[in-house]
Amino acid sequence: MCLAIPGTIAIIEEETATIDYGGTTRRASVRLLPDVAIGDCVLVHAGFVIQKIDPDEGAELEALLKEVELL
Amino acid sequence: MTDCITLAHGSGGRDYRELVETIFAPAFQNEYLSPLTDAAVLPAGDRIAMTTDGFVVNPLFFPGGDIGRLAVCGTVNDLAVSGAIPRYLSCAMVLETGLPLDTLRRIVASMASAAKEAGVVIVTGDTKVVEAGSCAGLTITTAGVGVFPAGCVIPPQQPQEGDVILCSAPIASHGMAVMAARHNLAFDPAIESDVRPLNHLIRAVLEAGVSVRAMRDPTRGGVAGTLTEWAGTKLNITLEEDFLPVRADVRAACAILGIDSVYVANEGVALFSLPAEQANLALAALQKAGCKEAAIIGSVANGHGSVFAKTHIGTFRRVLPPTGELLPRIC
Amino acid sequence: MNTIQTITERIANAAAGLPQTTIMEVCGTHTHAIRRHGIRQLLPENIRLVSGPGCPVCVTAEEDIALALALAKLPNVTLFCFGDMMRVPCGDESLLQLLSRGADVRIALSPLDALAFAKEHPAREVVWYGVGFETTTPHTAALLENAKRDNVKNLSVFSAHKTMPNALRALLGEDSGVDALLCPGHVASITGADAFRFLPEELRLPAAISGFEAEELLVAILALVTMQKSGNPALINAYPRVVKPEPNETARALVDAWFTPCDAVWRGLGMIPQSGLSLLPEHSKYDAVKRFALKPVVVPFRNACRCGDVLRGGIEPTECPLFGKVCVPQHPLGACMVSSEGACAAYYQYEGAGI
Repeated sequence: MCLAIPGTIAIIEEETATIDYGGTTRRASVRLLPDVAIGDCVLVHAGFVIQKIDPDEGAELEALLKEVELL
Repeated sequence: MTDCITLAHGSGGRDYRELVETIFAPAFQNEYLSPLTDAAVLPAGDRIAMTTDGFVVNPLFFPGGDIGRLAVCGTVNDLAVSGAIPRYLSCAMVLETGLPLDTLRRIVASMASAAKEAGVVIVTGDTKVVEAGSCAGLTITTAGVGVFPAGCVIPPQQPQEGDVILCSAPIASHGMAVMAARHNLAFDPAIESDVRPLNHLIRAVLEAGVSVRAMRDPTRGGVAGTLTEWAGTKLNITLEEDFLPVRADVRAACAILGIDSVYVANEGVALFSLPAEQANLALAALQKAGCKEAAIIGSVANGHGSVFAKTHIGTFRRVLPPTGELLPRIC
Repeated sequence: MNTIQTITERIANAAAGLPQTTIMEVCGTHTHAIRRHGIRQLLPENIRLVSGPGCPVCVTAEEDIALALALAKLPNVTLFCFGDMMRVPCGDESLLQLLSRGADVRIALSPLDALAFAKEHPAREVVWYGVGFETTTPHTAALLENAKRDNVKNLSVFSAHKTMPNALRALLGEDSGVDALLCPGHVASITGADAFRFLPEELRLPAAISGFEAEELLVAILALVTMQKSGNPALINAYPRVVKPEPNETARALVDAWFTPCDAVWRGLGMIPQSGLSLLPEHSKYDAVKRFALKPVVVPFRNACRCGDVLRGGIEPTECPLFGKVCVPQHPLGACMVSSEGACAAYYQYEGAGI
């Protein structure tokens, strides 16, 4: 239901962060995830940062495939 | 002269003449317009191409362009994709009272500059004035005339089995630029429209000896609109999603707004359908004409009128004709 | 061999010998991503994906849409909403039509756009039309919190927000025909993965929280098929780079401070107890329905559309007699055809003939 796009935090000014989407930036509120820092990779939904993203995607997929083997 | 459009500018009297003589005539200056007669008298070959187009855009100015540049390029491009060499444009403007004359001057200057870029002249025109609030500031209606060089082959505008689809430049920039400006979406840097005349690059392809089967500038409805029309009822077109050129900023904006780039309007992209064996010839001509990101984006086969997109994981999905206005979504 | 091929082959191996198995996705963005990536083409024939009630546009009751239209018609009101809601019809009207007739309806990318406008236009009554599930409700709460903090008096909210767990309980109760659940990754990023534990624990259904990339969807499907085969339902978090076990506490606290659960009508599904969110009584001055004394609207059931069955996972969109004939994206009758991610619209758009 919820389109959320990954980006990187470039600037934080009070409750608002500038998010770099690679090619363009846009501002988003960090009201729902105040504990973020410049350089964090985050998920943005409807103008708000909602969660941090662990950038190591490849390793994660490997781990998941191993986990599934144990099911 | 006041600094805004008033009803007097539409009266046909002194204010009207002043508008024509101080704003339009100097900007568009050329030998056919200069007599300021009711009709321009023009030389042309035995066959001409003629087109007309109306332009309403909100906002009047957007990153990368404005309604004036859009009007000239849109008209030039409609002529160019027919295979003609665009030559002459007309320009009729409906102006709202209260429109600042500076705004008008900027738009007229932008038209003059786009016309120069395209190598066309604006040979006749008209203005009317309406009450404030009735036409979004200003609207432009154009007509355009193009000529065909002697002995040229006019593209049949019918793709064939075995053709490939060539795209001259990254897609979706214009539609996203206008949407971002209209809804104040505050992308930074702002997304710029690709609005530009296509006649020179189209000429380059034709003069390289490519037998172009069909050409189109995919404006409203985007690449999907043109390809679904081309597929008609007897062809299938397969689009290679990975090969579709999209600028990084436009790609990000499309993702944020939940919009599929193939449906977004372009004003600086030409699509060609041409025999596969001539693809490299056409690509080389485009690259020489400055289209560094031109790409083969798909192929044509016999079928039943479907357009498919091949995804990055090798699966297919159907691309349907565009419907309705594009709106940002969060779902 | 690439990752996609590896996972696809493992799904095929795991699915071998299973009877017809139905996996429901309950997130419209999953529906969209599954079509967009052509995931179905990679699955064995006995694995069927169906779309559940995860599109807030689709499940918003016509009664609620009628109220939003009534708000937009009030002369001093500027109504802000997500672009998704603009085309949803109620009877013969939509917000987009009202806009073209001069109503002040504006598309927001963030609820905070409404607050900024309210501050700039103190003479206008600004209404935020809040739709969405756990992922989006905190945004409305943050809007209200900021409006209160900044003492903005000309802003109110029309809440059509809904919550997922009770709706799933209601849907997946008896004879639902659903064998396993693909859980919404972005809802879970707010609620925490543990919010979906009730699926295996109460309902004995395998559940996997998934991301939206092709690889992520396929791994989640692999986990579901594997669990279905082993007969050991569990909850797998197949989107751990985003989803943590515990909720986003800031978001939860904000929602709790402003909203309280209420019974809610879901389009196509009817009333589901405690599946909606209304403003707490102490915040009623921010409630647009109360502020403008709107009367509830009764919308008669009008057509033979089978959205309810589509949303329950009972039938494929093509099994509805209206699908693709009188109900098409250009003229949507049922809720599922309205939004481009509605189950029927997505099906129409991405499957089509031959694929």
